Amino acid sequence: MDTPKNKSGWHLFHYAAPSTFYPLAGKAIPWLMALALALAVIGLWIGMGVAPTDAQQGDGYRIIYLHVPTSWMAMFIYIVMAFWSVIHLVWKTRLSALMAQALAPTGAWMALMSLITGALWGKPMWGTWWVWDARLTSMLLLFFLYLGFIALTRSIDDPDRADQAGSLLAIVGVFNVPVIYFSVYWWNTLHQGASVSSRGSSMASIMLLAMLLMSLAAWMYSIAMTLKRVRVLILQREAGTRWVQELMR
Amino acid sequence: MGVLSFFASMLARDVLLAWRQRGDVLLGLMFFMLVATLFPLAVGPEPNGLLRIGPGVLWVAALLANLLALPRLFHGDWIDGSLEQLLLAPYPPSMMVAAKFAAHWLVTSLPLALAAPLLAIQYGLPPEQCLMLVASLLLGTPIITALGGIGAALTLGLRQGEVLLALLVLPLLAPVLIFGSGAVSAVAAGQSGMAELSLLAAMACASVFFAPWLAAKALRLAIE
Repeated sequence: MDTPKNKSGWHLFHYAAPSTFYPLAGKAIPWLMALALALAVIGLWIGMGVAPTDAQQGDGYRIIYLHVPTSWMAMFIYIVMAFWSVIHLVWKTRLSALMAQALAPTGAWMALMSLITGALWGKPMWGTWWVWDARLTSMLLLFFLYLGFIALTRSIDDPDRADQAGSLLAIVGVFNVPVIYFSVYWWNTLHQGASVSSRGSSMASIMLLAMLLMSLAAWMYSIAMTLKRVRVLILQREAGTRWVQELMR
Repeated sequence: MGVLSFFASMLARDVLLAWRQRGDVLLGLMFFMLVATLFPLAVGPEPNGLLRIGPGVLWVAALLANLLALPRLFHGDWIDGSLEQLLLAPYPPSMMVAAKFAAHWLVTSLPLALAAPLLAIQYGLPPEQCLMLVASLLLGTPIITALGGIGAALTLGLRQGEVLLALLVLPLLAPVLIFGSGAVSAVAAGQSGMAELSLLAAMACASVFFAPWLAAKALRLAIE
């Protein structure tokens, strides 16, 4: 039986080795950044220029094009982080732990942006920067979860322990995030309901299009930033190896 | 020695060790009472106000007192090397950790839960709320020990470990605080508070089941 993937020497774990992943990530980053920029420009143009003014919220609603994508990314990145952590604990691949650690600062940044844009939106709409609403509070707690993960992995000097401890924490966190979300939701809620759900959207389709474009832009940006960061982490970890020393020469 | 008698002897050992240093336990209780005393000084002693904030304040104070005791969970055994020996013992490490959790809870959290009504009376809480406070603390503190135990194992021996532990564990414990103080507030509002207690019980079951295993994994990392 002829197996073409073996002939070409390619298999799934080929890029799991930092030395092969490093140049691949380097090639992908400019494309991802360009894509992120293009999507953001088109998304902002549609969102700020083409989309109509909201009937109830006037033009203030337009911050949604930053607020919603960053909120989505903040939640999604934590799940991705936990995914890489599971991979790390199960298969002991070094790169997956580095991916989790590279994701965390972007996740924290997205959570912070979501909180800030939310406050800027809340002031004109609700008349206050902050309310102890379920979604706001759970996003704040998520932000702290990211900070805790970053602080833990940064304060452990032994790389193996840092990787594994971070992975364990991310997995404990991902089981707790829904618990936190629903407990806080149950505790108090004021936030408007979700505008986009599986049953369809309550927004004008042009607004939705702009929001989806911005989300894709945030997605591309996050991947590019994570790859940039993981390249730095790889260089730090592999500083003693020959391929890094040849690269640095 | 079977696994169960290993569990029992570990539990007895840790409780005995704590009994030999009774002062440490009293320090936690004193901290609990001090935090609870600071609130009337800060927000004013007006009875209606205290009655309203009482459940929340007492729960936060109990949470902080528990948090303060958590670094002690593995530290002593880690310093004198017995933790390493215990992990090498021919018993499941998670069982050893579970025994340490149980002993820690008996020594730290149980006294807090039993002392809580005293403070609740000072805040003017009626008897049924005092009772609910004790019940919610009895169900909620095992979760604090379990999740906090994972944090204590992860931060064992790190610089600034205690502060890091607080950063790791407090966001995870938000649900415990919400349902714990919520149960007491529900009684104050004339409801039964059983929904909150059931949720606490469910969380306690899940965390007590999974946490010893995860904490044991984290401990292995710490001693390597």
